[in-house]
Amino acid sequence: MTDHTILRVVSKLLLPYVLLFALYVQFHGDYGPGGGFQAGVIFAAGFVLYGLIFGLTAVRRVAPARMIELVIATGVLVYAGTGVATMLMGGNFLDYDALNSAHPSTGQHYGILVVELGVGMTVAAVMIAVYSTFAGRGRA
Amino acid sequence: MRGLFAAVMLMGIYSFLGASWMLLLDAPDVAFTEASVGAGISTILALATLALTTRKAKAPARRPALPLLIVAVTGAALIYGTLDMPHFGDPEAPASNYPHPSYVERTEHDIHVPNVVTAVLASYRGYDTLGETVVIFTAGIAVLVLLRGSRKRRPTGGGGEDAG
Repeated sequence: MTDHTILRVVSKLLLPYVLLFALYVQFHGDYGPGGGFQAGVIFAAGFVLYGLIFGLTAVRRVAPARMIELVIATGVLVYAGTGVATMLMGGNFLDYDALNSAHPSTGQHYGILVVELGVGMTVAAVMIAVYSTFAGRGRA
Repeated sequence: MRGLFAAVMLMGIYSFLGASWMLLLDAPDVAFTEASVGAGISTILALATLALTTRKAKAPARRPALPLLIVAVTGAALIYGTLDMPHFGDPEAPASNYPHPSYVERTEHDIHVPNVVTAVLASYRGYDTLGETVVIFTAGIAVLVLLRGSRKRRPTGGGGEDAG
């Protein structure tokens, strides 16, 4: 689809906003609808759009398979690591109150933010990886 | 209908309709997920599968009498099941009382987060969400291993006939 000028231009215009909206959904999830799952999928949708218009090679240049695999694992580690951090700081596993014992609700804010980030990383990377493996199969 | 392309498109449209129902039920978080995962990524993956396989379904070898009967009976049973369900918006319904409403009352004090769904998902039920993330991780790794592994064994295989 690389010779469709209109599609190329429109998708190039849209892409930053798709990614920005994903980040908004990610980090505004405590205040509005959304969270890590939705943000991850929207972020991945940006990459999928890029891949549909500009080809899989372009996506692989932006997000190499090796890096995507690392992000898949890092997301889970960030989530579980938050739990370990709360344990080290004297709370239970995933008890975010321990992150800021003077202001438990602030600790909860930090905990939710970090944990949702982990979810978003894993979801986005898994979606991108599944898409690019699917799309890459036909030309192997 | 044999055209798989139309089938995929109908699935996406149905998914979007589902998202609108969720929005009508005051569940924007679920509507969000349905619209992005169900209508967005699933449609793309189904289209990618079509690109690898074919756009026409094969004609069924047998007459569809038995499957039709099973579908009809199952559908009737499901509709019968809905007769016992509480009315829409019923405050006494289990959906309104479980998990306990105190989650809604306590979130403001415990966490200071306006979105109770996020509070329940990420904090009160943090273990569950960790489990879900691990499920996604495992599923993603499994898909990668399956698809890449089969490509290595058959380096010339176009995945034409068995990619479904």
